[in-house]
Amino acid sequence: MNLLKLITKKRSLEVPSILESGLSYIVLGVWAFICIFPIYWVLITSVKEPHVVNQGPFYIPFVDFQPSLHAWDFVIMQESMNTLRPFFNTVIISLISAFITLLIGSMAGYALVRIHYRPKIVSIACFILILILAILLITRMGLDWRMVLTSGTAIFLLFIFTLSRRFKASLGNNDIGFWMISQRILPPVVVVIPVYIFYQQLGILDTYLAMVITYVAINIPIVVWLMRDFFFGIPLDLEENAALDGASRFRIFTTIVLPLAKPGLSATFMLVLILCWNEYLLSLFISMTDTQTLPLMIASMNTTRGPQWWYMSVIIILMIVPVILIALFLYRFIIRGLLVGAIK
Amino acid sequence: MLNIKTFEERLDRQAPALFIMPAVLIVLSFSIFPLIVSLFVALSRLKFVKGGIEAKYIGFLNFKKLLFGSQQYHFLGKFDQLTAIGYVIMSVFVILILVWFYRYFRSNNFSLVGTFGRLVVATGLFFLLMLTLINLTTPKGLPGTLVVTLVYVVLGVVLQYMIGLGLAMLCVQKIKGRNFFRIVFFVPMMITPVGIAYLFRMLTDMTKGPFAPIVMLLGMEETSWAVIPWGARIAVMIGDAWQWIPFMFIILLAGLESLSIEQKEAAIIDGAGSWQIFRDITWPTLLPVSVTIVLIRLIEAFKIIDLPNVMTNGGPGIATESLSLHAYFNWRTMDLSGSAAVGYLLMVVAVFVCLSFVSLVKNQVEIAQQ
Repeated sequence: MNLLKLITKKRSLEVPSILESGLSYIVLGVWAFICIFPIYWVLITSVKEPHVVNQGPFYIPFVDFQPSLHAWDFVIMQESMNTLRPFFNTVIISLISAFITLLIGSMAGYALVRIHYRPKIVSIACFILILILAILLITRMGLDWRMVLTSGTAIFLLFIFTLSRRFKASLGNNDIGFWMISQRILPPVVVVIPVYIFYQQLGILDTYLAMVITYVAINIPIVVWLMRDFFFGIPLDLEENAALDGASRFRIFTTIVLPLAKPGLSATFMLVLILCWNEYLLSLFISMTDTQTLPLMIASMNTTRGPQWWYMSVIIILMIVPVILIALFLYRFIIRGLLVGAIK
Repeated sequence: MLNIKTFEERLDRQAPALFIMPAVLIVLSFSIFPLIVSLFVALSRLKFVKGGIEAKYIGFLNFKKLLFGSQQYHFLGKFDQLTAIGYVIMSVFVILILVWFYRYFRSNNFSLVGTFGRLVVATGLFFLLMLTLINLTTPKGLPGTLVVTLVYVVLGVVLQYMIGLGLAMLCVQKIKGRNFFRIVFFVPMMITPVGIAYLFRMLTDMTKGPFAPIVMLLGMEETSWAVIPWGARIAVMIGDAWQWIPFMFIILLAGLESLSIEQKEAAIIDGAGSWQIFRDITWPTLLPVSVTIVLIRLIEAFKIIDLPNVMTNGGPGIATESLSLHAYFNWRTMDLSGSAAVGYLLMVVAVFVCLSFVSLVKNQVEIAQQ
């Protein structure tokens, strides 16, 4: 009796019984349907004529209704729609930002793995104090910001060289890494208003430059965090040999480390690309007409005649298909990227 | 040649700083600098004048307006007397908190700082829960943007976690096509929230959407979810869940797969039931991962703006307006300081909720890892 129970129980762990697996298939199938159906619905809406959409739901092309490419034709060919500009804006801004983020972020990630930093607590406190003072001077006293910036930097450097000898308390690499990732908790709404004012003062609102700087800044923590983990896996001996041969750190980084980290680099690049591609809130504040991105364009498409779903569907497809393709091709890499933070 | 060599050597000496400085400077200038400036903006009244912005220091007036003044209905909602249900929930909460404190004092590692931290967490949660109950369970109460955001965050994350865990438990069994399901479930996560908002507006159209026949069958084609506060809120939460359940699912599945089969088999030989296996083996292994992903989701969920903005535009009234959206609406009406004040309060609440979550579950994780 006991043995029988054990065998049946054991079976249920390895291969679920027919009833169990049937139920699992039904639940999983339903969820797969929930995941896919909205995308299917956009696809068929994009080939529907307006009167077909307005008459009610039709589900299967060629059976229920006659598909036509009128919406595609209108959105892509018609000048007045001006779809291509936001599309290329999105492509250019995302590519450039992802590239720069990857460059700066992977350098920092590598440095956090191989070089030991000991930032002094005193100098950090000093920096923040001088920054508050500088902002006070600029906003309350109305001093010129360029003057305050230069004198502030000078005072800060002076402090570092004099004070830091006396106080030894310092932080380590892990603290830097943690500080970087903790930036994610800042709601972008808090950050974006000063950034907006700052860009306005510099006169670079609604330019590629402003968008790229912003995207780089918000994505660097993720890249540092992910690349740090990838660099941990690279064997040290190769680098040590190269260092013995007299190669500089930059040479080691570009000729040995980066080629070895290629899978990690491409996965992180794609992840950042997707994040930039989908970004909405910051571009809502910073971009206007010239650098409008696809998410913004769609969000602003509510016309007075009610939403024209057939055009909208086309733009939604243009927006989500590249991302889905990247995601499917790099599925494993991206999953690994996601898991890095969560499972240690 | 010699010149290049020395240049390279000199560069190499500075390498440690050069490697990390760009990242540190950029992150610094986009975190600490805006935080300080934002505080100044929130404490002053900004005016757009010719050639720039004029700031006038007005102290905490912007915050006072949100918490006690003319904008109170918008931020905190409308108040009313607690009803019986409210009192029951509040007393359960107080009892739980007392038990929590009792356990802490009974344990050996209690300190003054720890007690103080726990007191802050308890009072903060007390007020947030009280506000939620006053807004949501009373006849005259109406939720403001703060409680709406809390509903999105707490209800949304709990829902996503439960469904994600359920799906992962099903998928970890040895069934065919596991990889297919994994890839299909992964797709929604990659779509921009704005796109999802429109997808769901299309799908929930009562007369032209794909579910119109069902709606017709129920005889509800005249009603619209968009004019019922809870209907609109649930629609937003469904959109959010559709996007983020895959995230929970993928990571929990990886966590489940890392579980050792031997341990499970040993438990089965000892005659443990499936519930016992879940409680004693699966759950303790999953707990650390769960805490991490719930924390990640809590952090991201507080930033919700795209879905309510596109799906309902914050309406009906302010029923679906999240704090980020509130800040954006303020900004759009050129009330920069009001916007910064809302943003600051959002940050305070988000940091408080995340830290409370960590401090509440920390003990559990430590017990599980032993």
